[in-house]
Amino acid sequence: MSILVDQHTRVICQGFTGKQGTFHSEQAIAYGTRMVGGVTPGKGGQTHLGLPVFDTVKQAVAATAADASVIYVPAPFCKDAILEAIDAGLRLVVCITEGIPTLDMLEAKYVADEAGVRLIGPNCPGIITPGACKIGIMPGHIHRPGRIGIVSRSGTLTYEAVKQTTDLGLGQSTCIGIGGDPIPGTSFVDCLRLFEADPETEAILLVGEIGGTAEEEAAEYIQAAVSKPVVAYIAGVTAPKGKRMGHAGAIIAGGKGTAEEKYAALEAAGAVTTRSPAEMGSTLKRVLEPTAG
Amino acid sequence: MNLHEYQAKDLFERYGIPVPPRRLVRDPTEVEAALDELAAARHAQDAGERWVVKAQAHAGGRGKAGGVKLVAGRRAVREAVAAMLGSRLVTRQTGPQGKPVHEVLLEAPCDIARELYLGMVVDRARRRVVVMASAEGGMEIEQVAARWPDRILQAAVHPLVGLQPYQCRDLAFGLGLQGEQVKQFTRILTALARLFQEQDLSLVEVNPLVVTAQGDLLCLDAKINADDNALYRHRELAELRDLRQEDPREVEASEWDLNYIALEGNIGCMVNGAGLAMATMDLIKLMGGEPANFLDVGGTATRERVAEAFKLILADEQVKGVLVNIFGGIVRCDVIADGIVGAVAEVAVQVPVVVRLEGTHAELGREILECSGLQITAASDLTEAARTIVSLVEAA
Repeated sequence: MSILVDQHTRVICQGFTGKQGTFHSEQAIAYGTRMVGGVTPGKGGQTHLGLPVFDTVKQAVAATAADASVIYVPAPFCKDAILEAIDAGLRLVVCITEGIPTLDMLEAKYVADEAGVRLIGPNCPGIITPGACKIGIMPGHIHRPGRIGIVSRSGTLTYEAVKQTTDLGLGQSTCIGIGGDPIPGTSFVDCLRLFEADPETEAILLVGEIGGTAEEEAAEYIQAAVSKPVVAYIAGVTAPKGKRMGHAGAIIAGGKGTAEEKYAALEAAGAVTTRSPAEMGSTLKRVLEPTAG
Repeated sequence: MNLHEYQAKDLFERYGIPVPPRRLVRDPTEVEAALDELAAARHAQDAGERWVVKAQAHAGGRGKAGGVKLVAGRRAVREAVAAMLGSRLVTRQTGPQGKPVHEVLLEAPCDIARELYLGMVVDRARRRVVVMASAEGGMEIEQVAARWPDRILQAAVHPLVGLQPYQCRDLAFGLGLQGEQVKQFTRILTALARLFQEQDLSLVEVNPLVVTAQGDLLCLDAKINADDNALYRHRELAELRDLRQEDPREVEASEWDLNYIALEGNIGCMVNGAGLAMATMDLIKLMGGEPANFLDVGGTATRERVAEAFKLILADEQVKGVLVNIFGGIVRCDVIADGIVGAVAEVAVQVPVVVRLEGTHAELGREILECSGLQITAASDLTEAARTIVSLVEAA
């Protein structure tokens, strides 16, 4: 088991023939993801990476029975791409692109919710169920099938967490990068709910960062509804106020959204926290195997 | 991106939102003509020779910091303008270095009956644009929120249908406005919502929104933040960016697509990915050191970008050592290592550099670093890397 994606997930790529779409689709195919085609308007009928190219997402879904899409189109066209994927009846839409206007995302997120579509991202590495399905830009080789569900607002910091859990033999059930934007399609709470219900996930690693209140909302949910152990790390203890730290969502505004507030909320909710990004894996190990030292 | 008050007020005016008559001056010699024009534009109920002089800088708290002055007589205006222009305004929000003042806005004062607050912001938790209104105008909204949260009235804007007139009326009556004022408030807020939507803003604030002695609503101040991600479709707005208000190093970094933010410490950081960059700063602190900066070199750590990043970091004279933390991911570590060695040699880096490389071909990458003959220490693990750079900097 896993959450959201597995070896049966049939994936198409929007922006398939572009540079990013091509590179990461090749990687996904090599990893074993069931890529079934792609969409590039105007290139329908061609074959790319051995897969059919379609003009529209509707055509792609009709011909391939795809159930998920990954979007690599440039930011100005992402709202359109997300809405097209929703309209075509896909149940999972993963948007990797960075730099989408916030008001575009407010609309896209609203439409996705109305349609009951799971939107992941934007500005994220994607989602992977190790050994089964990789949708996104993460390096597949650092993952191992295993027991930890990982959810993170970051990219490379997620890889750090993945590598630590792999090295310690814990492995991952599914890893989701929910992205660093102010309006993410999927929240920590959404992922906590899914991991709690997934029998293969034994513990959850939550990797947060400064800005917004997503971690505080996660803390409330953990207290109310999560029985599995949760380990949390929050990046940005040393971040100054009022500065946007790379991610559009990572800003301490009006004194709110500090790492300390988030740590306090998570600790009060019973999560085990670590202040060192190098000890996410070892903290999980300690929580899961207290006698192992 | 932040706008100046005068830029925000010009935008307000274009959307039919009432703002006071005003003139912008960039030199004390422009004061006389500006005041003549303002005096001519004034109504019969002239407030005498009193004027409001407002320094234009990207900073809240200007009033308390001496950036907003009410003065009497033209000579006093000239003196205030001369003192402000070319100075650096230090407020609670700017840090000790302050923000430079290159422009001053002149306005005629108005008689104020009430001061209100009106703001719009993207509420991340509710995933809506939210309007906030309060009868406690003139105060910082954060302070109102902390002290009397129930005194902030809110209305959420539906993402598809937009702000509705009934929501404006709800707020207006909640603020105790009456009769014609309710209509004025509805017109102002409807126009603000249109401005917010059409220009892709992330924040707009009117503090204070005043009720004048004559009973009319007027925006005495105006603050706008625009969404950087949407500037590609607002060329006119993008041209309003005032680079002089930003840290010159951050501006230079952005030209190379590097994300750089200067901090107070002495250990420079170069990391790929924003989250990992913050985590690396935190780890340096945890090991007893102080990070000198946040720097995200992005996904493609090529030699050119790494060299530019080193130049930026080392331009800060406080930097006594540099920690490079790259999680290679799909890019091969030996390629990155070649880039780092080339960049360190090219920039002639004189301080110790500790490099932690992870990902494909990490071993090969470390070998390249160790054999470079340069002052580079390769670390295999994140904790070790942070500990090493902290001890090297302490020893220096």
